[in-house]
Amino acid sequence: MIRFDAVTKRYPDGTVAVDGLDLVAETGQITVFVGPSGCGKTTSLRMINRMIEPTSGRIWLDDQDTATINSNELRRGIGYVIQQGGLFPHRTVVDNVATVPVLLGENRRQARRKALELLEQVGLPPAFASRYPAQLSGGQQQRVGVARALAADPPVMLMDEPFSAVDPVVRSQLQDEFLRLQGELGKTIVFVTHDIDEAIKMGDQVAVFRVGGHLAQMSTPRELLTNPADSFVAGFVGRDRGYRALGFTAAGELPLRAEAVVALGEPLETVRDRASDGWVLVVDSQQHPQGWLSVAAAAGAQAGTPGNVTEGMLNLGGTLATEDSSLRAALDAALSSPSGRGVVVGTEGSVLGTVTASQVLARIEHERAVASLASDAK
Amino acid sequence: MSHVWQYFSDNRSEVFGWLRTTIWLAVVPLVIGLAVSLPIGWFASRFRWAYPPVISFGGLLYTIPSIVIFLALPGILGTGILDPVNVAVALTVYCIALLVRAVADGLASVDRAFLDAASAMGYSTRQRLLAIQLPLAVPAIGAGLRVAAVSNVSLVAVASTLGVSQLGSLFTLGNTTGDTAPIWLGLIMFILLALVIDAVILVGLRAATPWRRALQQ
Amino acid sequence: MVAGVLGSSGGLPSIRLVPGWLTTASNWSGQHGLLVSLREHVVYTLVAVVLAAFFAIPVGLVLGHTGRGGFAVAGVANAIRAVPAFGLMILLYVLVSPKITFRGGIGWLVPRGALGSFIPIEAMLVVLAIPPILVNTYAGVQAVDPAARDAARGMGMTGRQVVTSVELPVALPLVLAGVRSAVLQVIATATIAGYLPFLGGLGYQIFINGLPQINNTKVGYPAMLGAAVIVALLAVVAELLLLGVEKLIVSPGLTGSFRLKRRSRTLRQAQAGVPDGYSPQIQGET
Repeated sequence: MIRFDAVTKRYPDGTVAVDGLDLVAETGQITVFVGPSGCGKTTSLRMINRMIEPTSGRIWLDDQDTATINSNELRRGIGYVIQQGGLFPHRTVVDNVATVPVLLGENRRQARRKALELLEQVGLPPAFASRYPAQLSGGQQQRVGVARALAADPPVMLMDEPFSAVDPVVRSQLQDEFLRLQGELGKTIVFVTHDIDEAIKMGDQVAVFRVGGHLAQMSTPRELLTNPADSFVAGFVGRDRGYRALGFTAAGELPLRAEAVVALGEPLETVRDRASDGWVLVVDSQQHPQGWLSVAAAAGAQAGTPGNVTEGMLNLGGTLATEDSSLRAALDAALSSPSGRGVVVGTEGSVLGTVTASQVLARIEHERAVASLASDAK
Repeated sequence: MSHVWQYFSDNRSEVFGWLRTTIWLAVVPLVIGLAVSLPIGWFASRFRWAYPPVISFGGLLYTIPSIVIFLALPGILGTGILDPVNVAVALTVYCIALLVRAVADGLASVDRAFLDAASAMGYSTRQRLLAIQLPLAVPAIGAGLRVAAVSNVSLVAVASTLGVSQLGSLFTLGNTTGDTAPIWLGLIMFILLALVIDAVILVGLRAATPWRRALQQ
Repeated sequence: MVAGVLGSSGGLPSIRLVPGWLTTASNWSGQHGLLVSLREHVVYTLVAVVLAAFFAIPVGLVLGHTGRGGFAVAGVANAIRAVPAFGLMILLYVLVSPKITFRGGIGWLVPRGALGSFIPIEAMLVVLAIPPILVNTYAGVQAVDPAARDAARGMGMTGRQVVTSVELPVALPLVLAGVRSAVLQVIATATIAGYLPFLGGLGYQIFINGLPQINNTKVGYPAMLGAAVIVALLAVVAELLLLGVEKLIVSPGLTGSFRLKRRSRTLRQAQAGVPDGYSPQIQGET
């Protein structure tokens, strides 16, 4: 557990970067520091491992005051990941990862072996071990950075905008994989970002900072979306709050309509029989959805030469929802589908049925009613 | 220091004569060297295949110690060793060797974006070179020019070992007579000369790059 | 004196005599032969560069690491460059050598009676060699990726560990370039050592063997030019040697040449999926 106790950072020219911060980052959770530029989130992070020294106040690591521990020893017990990676260009990937264990006195051969395992855990094949950072892409470098921070198995990890320097697609992958890793490792993590969506996705707890180093709100992501503390937080969290908050509630039992489907390769005549409201769902041999086919499109194709259903005819709009996905995913599946019916698939990917937007909305209203009844009863 | 000043006033006319020769030897090769290096350096920066051989050759030339060139040139040019022209040519060769690289690297360092913008506006390649690329390369080339200038001044002194009469003769004189006064005088004058030439170049650079002055305000 | 010997232009022996002089074996052997001169020249260069590096590299590392003193480094370097090496040497000689009473020699380092010349020469050469090494070391450390330095500190490396494990290895290419530049300058300037009494080096061939007998076709001009050619060749060889050393000790991650040189056996086995029990004896690897 990391506890900030009235921590202040004031610079000689008078600027106050952090002002009397009181905050607890719980053990085993990801606590995200988020806020606009100049809000003190990075300064606060760097005070945990004393890269910056507080002007006043104390920071506790479990029951130890960080100021009483030798700073180098302190840092060797804390994993540190920064935005630009900071990999050592003159060392191979595996030697980069093995840095802290070797620093702590471990035998180099052993350290390298463990490093190889770590690299696998972050999704890099063994072939990468003997490469140099200059040979890696940005996303790969960040993975190495995370592996390096994990190498000595520290209980605490500090991450300063680790995924900001890569493109959105890679960023999303890195976030997902890191969440999976954290699921296995359960470390105490403080994560800094300027992106509220990343904060909401990654954090178990989110701390919103205001410019000048004040804590505006600290709560779960869902609480942040549904109950912002003041207008600043509300503005910072942004629009579509209601929609985004739906991501935190499971869809549960949705009434699914059994769809009559057409498989790829079947003759076009079957389309008119099986379609409803002008659209039919097309699947492959394993019942995995491929797209929607409109009756009009089928008729147009038939007018040319009578043939079979092919991929090129399909409309590919329409996301998929799974059995256990959130209300948000279910609603999006319905809204994005050209037929108005959202496709729900099972764990192996085969079609279970479809659901309409109004059915999802009915479910949302039901949830709200249940929730307000429960809060009234308190 | 008083005996240094005494020596100076006693031998004023001779020292000034040497000073003139030294200035001539320090400046003329620099100017000619720059003039020659500009087209060659441009060529090396413009054509990728030309860069390695040109730069390597220049590097090789610079590797050859000054004494060597001072001595080899009489045989090649037919001038006498004592002839100042000999020294001037040798120093010019050195300046070219140093400056070609500075010019090539300086021109190549100009951000491609500026050149593309200029072309898009309708500049011809030649206009672009003179109006855009060269001015923007001035700081980088200027840095190399300063190094060449100071190295040059130092090399002039070496020529006195072969008997060429210039400020360096103060050193050889001091050595044979054991008198430190001319040596100190020579050192002071050389250092002053190097600093003055460096300052002149700096002033010229600042005049040629008004946009940098604005940045500093 | 010398002016009288050289006279006016023309009348110098032909440049074509040089190859002949260089290939005459007698010119290479003997107490004042080319071989001795060459060896002495190499010794002077090595002593000067090693001493200069001993001072300049640590100073450059510390200043680069703390980031302070950038102006001082540039200023000092420029000031030293403005001083004519030849004049400095003469000054030191005139001031120092009368005070040196030791008339013997020091092994292969200093010829008999030459200490009075050796010290001024080496002092001048060391001063000459310091600017390129100092400036390059400082610049090299400053050029290290600040993210790597931040990460190193954040991992818990002490200041000294940051310098030795991260900053020095990454700055190495620039540091070695500075050393190379210093070596070339010293080789070139050490030729003027021949101007002082007792000292050799290849300058001996130029100033003692050559200049006073310039019109002599057996020594004189051919000797001067021949020695000059040897100096040039020495410079080229030194540069190539140092470039080779650089290839050996600089990490390939910095130079961009990614042909794998030596992967440890355990690493290879691990990558191939061989179980760890198969690694027999492992010597300490870097």
